[in-house]
Amino acid sequence: MPTLNINGKDLAVNADESTPILWALRDTLGMTGTKFGCGAALCGACTVHLNGAPIRSCITPISAAAGQKITTIEAVATDRVGKAVQDAWVKHDVAQCGYCQSGQVMSATALLKANAKPSDADIDGAMAGNICRCGTYVRIRAAIKDAAQTLA
Amino acid sequence: MYSNSTDTLDIASQLPKGLQALMHKAQDAAHSIADAALQRRSFLKVTTAGGFALGAFPLLTQAQTMATAGAPAASSLKPTQQPSAFVRIDRDGTVTVTINRLDFGQGVQTGLPMILAEELDADWALVKSQHGNADPAYVDPAFGMHLTGGSGSIKNSYTQYRELGARTRAMLVSAAAAQWGVDAGSLRTQQGVVIGPGGKRLTYGELAEAAMKQPVPEAVTLKDPKQFRIIGKPTGRLDARAKSSGGQSYGIDVRLPGMLTAVVAHPPVFAGKVKTLDEAAAKAVPGVKAVLRVPLDRGGEGVAVVAEGYWAAKQGRDALKVEWDSSGVEKVDSAQQLASYRALAQKAGALKYNGDISKLATAPKKISAEFAFPYLAHAPMEPLNCTVQLSGQGADAKAELWLGTQMPGLDTLAASKALGVAPQNVKMNVQMAGGGFGRRAIPTSDYVVEACNVAKAARGAGLTAAVRTLWSREDDIKGGYYRPMHVHRAEIGFNEKGEILGWDHVIVGQSILAGSPFEAFMVKDGVDGTMVEGMKEPYEIPMRLSVHHPKLNVPVLWWRSVGSTHTAYVMETLIDEVARGSGQDPVAYRLKQFGSKHPRHTAALQLAVDKSGYGKRTLPAGRAWGVAVHESFNTVVAYVVEASVKDNTPVLHAITAGVHCNLAINPTSVEAQIQGAALMGLSMCLPGAAITLKDGVVEQSNFGDFPVPRITDMPTVAVFIVPSADAPTGLGEPGLPPLAPAFANAIAKLTGKPAPRELPFKLA
Repeated sequence: MPTLNINGKDLAVNADESTPILWALRDTLGMTGTKFGCGAALCGACTVHLNGAPIRSCITPISAAAGQKITTIEAVATDRVGKAVQDAWVKHDVAQCGYCQSGQVMSATALLKANAKPSDADIDGAMAGNICRCGTYVRIRAAIKDAAQTLA
Repeated sequence: MYSNSTDTLDIASQLPKGLQALMHKAQDAAHSIADAALQRRSFLKVTTAGGFALGAFPLLTQAQTMATAGAPAASSLKPTQQPSAFVRIDRDGTVTVTINRLDFGQGVQTGLPMILAEELDADWALVKSQHGNADPAYVDPAFGMHLTGGSGSIKNSYTQYRELGARTRAMLVSAAAAQWGVDAGSLRTQQGVVIGPGGKRLTYGELAEAAMKQPVPEAVTLKDPKQFRIIGKPTGRLDARAKSSGGQSYGIDVRLPGMLTAVVAHPPVFAGKVKTLDEAAAKAVPGVKAVLRVPLDRGGEGVAVVAEGYWAAKQGRDALKVEWDSSGVEKVDSAQQLASYRALAQKAGALKYNGDISKLATAPKKISAEFAFPYLAHAPMEPLNCTVQLSGQGADAKAELWLGTQMPGLDTLAASKALGVAPQNVKMNVQMAGGGFGRRAIPTSDYVVEACNVAKAARGAGLTAAVRTLWSREDDIKGGYYRPMHVHRAEIGFNEKGEILGWDHVIVGQSILAGSPFEAFMVKDGVDGTMVEGMKEPYEIPMRLSVHHPKLNVPVLWWRSVGSTHTAYVMETLIDEVARGSGQDPVAYRLKQFGSKHPRHTAALQLAVDKSGYGKRTLPAGRAWGVAVHESFNTVVAYVVEASVKDNTPVLHAITAGVHCNLAINPTSVEAQIQGAALMGLSMCLPGAAITLKDGVVEQSNFGDFPVPRITDMPTVAVFIVPSADAPTGLGEPGLPPLAPAFANAIAKLTGKPAPRELPFKLA
């Protein structure tokens, strides 16, 4: 049985190692904060961190994460940057339906970890893989800038 | 090509024609569910007595208490007016408000509690919110059926929720008066506390149990809007933290013991059937429990793969070898369809307006225009899903469903029929939904019936656990129920002053309502009201307007703002063209047309103009202004936008919105809805935003070939609200219609050509 290191814990996953991480999280481990949106790395709803970098868990098999560290939306706020991003999301009332926001928060956190002072173009570039059908992009931009200021 | 062979909707045949009749049916069903609902209430009471929810405040009315005890109900208040169904106050003061609508992003999960909390004088910091279900208490008070739609949640429940809050407050005050032995009139309330003589205080939490025993007042006095301290205040969503931390549960997240997941192979052509099935490879996929042929929407047939989890089910579906039978089913081709529509548009159809167009032929200036709009998918981010648990046999058969739905009452009836379970034995658990835009309000209950058929077949195969039927994104994009494709043709005659002398207009498009339970109510003299809404008004135009409603084998549905998705585009680009064609500023021209008869249009446009700097500020080189105004769902939205065209690609840079929605309950939410609806309006303009069919098969499948806007497409948006204390109007949809025409009008100025006659834009 494959083992995954998720949010700092080694967890045995009762699934074939070709199974995408998304479905191991959601269906096998019951961690439903990470969302299914397209199954083809087109929308970003399933974004998690692999060793701190954002990946699309819907197309990444368990086998690709062997011996590496996965962080999901459930634990991202234990990190200073992740917490600042979530707080900014609440302050700016970003979510509408909210379904894509787990992925948005994960992408934004990865951005600010790699780039503490992102420009407008940096923000658009880093967030372009995350679709929000409700159209919360104006507030996503504002929340990322606010989180960057908080962390400065 | 216009056969109606597949246009018969299953539920419609089971329901009386017409919305009135439908309402009665839905209400009857709701009342037959009432017994079960009352049992649930008495259960609450038992658990209260048992200490589980001690101090909770299920405000049982006298009538309900008597009904629970077996005596006839005797209150003049309807279930929609009973505080017990909407308010619970815990001993710690927490106020939980039940919303009678689906929240799928539009914010009623916060807005409706704000309205109730205002009249209750609650402490907003202690207010929570939860979804209702198919209980009769949760019908839309205007429609009399369970419905989240028509931008009506706040509009239709504003007075209802105020009265509910005021009734609850009165009962708390009565309880305090009784406890202190004083006159209720001497008491006042403030932020969750009743305050008495000498500054004595009792919290709502302390009073809850005693208040429960007070009679429910029928008449209540509501506040003067000047006294509002919650309504009108910019307020963050109650679910903001949960939705930013992965903590919000949606329908797709429901987990039940042993639950199985089904993925269904749908026929490539709507209403197709299975000819041959080789299931061996699918059954060999580890985790697959069953492969089942199931009846589908529109008389079609599919193959469900039931498995432990989505991935196994999906692998199983991919391994199926199915030969489909599409014989006898119409196979639509979009290119041919467009040609047919254009041909049809050359002659008048069923009349909506019969204005005098005799001066059209001799008018000094003319516009002749033809517009085309494609099918569009809703594509909410949460893929469609419905979880069904079946139990019991015969008359004791029961079903429990979990799903995000805009019409839980109709879905209850549809599930009842599909499953052979009495309506009162169908329990709906309405879940937070990840978007919808109309797709979760289906007169046919298509995906709900599908999930029921799958669960029924699974049980027949010996699988007793709950079954979650989950659509892939491909299922969603290819699954039909699109905004209908349309062609408009307009012949306009006007003079040098811009006076419109005659306007002859034809619209071609499938009727959304034909064959549905809403047909008799909203289709009049062959004209589907949802197709012509947004035409003509508010302009005084001698217009002849007629429609053709071809029938095709493509399921269609309302899509955020419904008819106004295309009528606003046609009207507002043509009005702009008349203004420019008579040498007038498009803003000044519109203001003149609105005159004194349309003050809300004037106020919205003037606000957007003033705030944007239109006509006063010089734009950067290469940019132009575009303007449009449109009323839908009783709200007027005006956009002033800045756009440019680079390499034949239009770019939208900035939007300034003037919004007249009367009283804005939550300005933060109003801003969000306008930002979001504007972007969905922009989504219609972007390259690739079209669903097309070839040989009856939908050609798009996912966000790669049906693109939706990304953050890189998002302009700046500044939203301004016209101040008003009048009862609120709709907000979820009205921000969509004027965006595309405002953008198009800017493009027309930049290119010197008429505004694009097709969506999405094709400039080259």
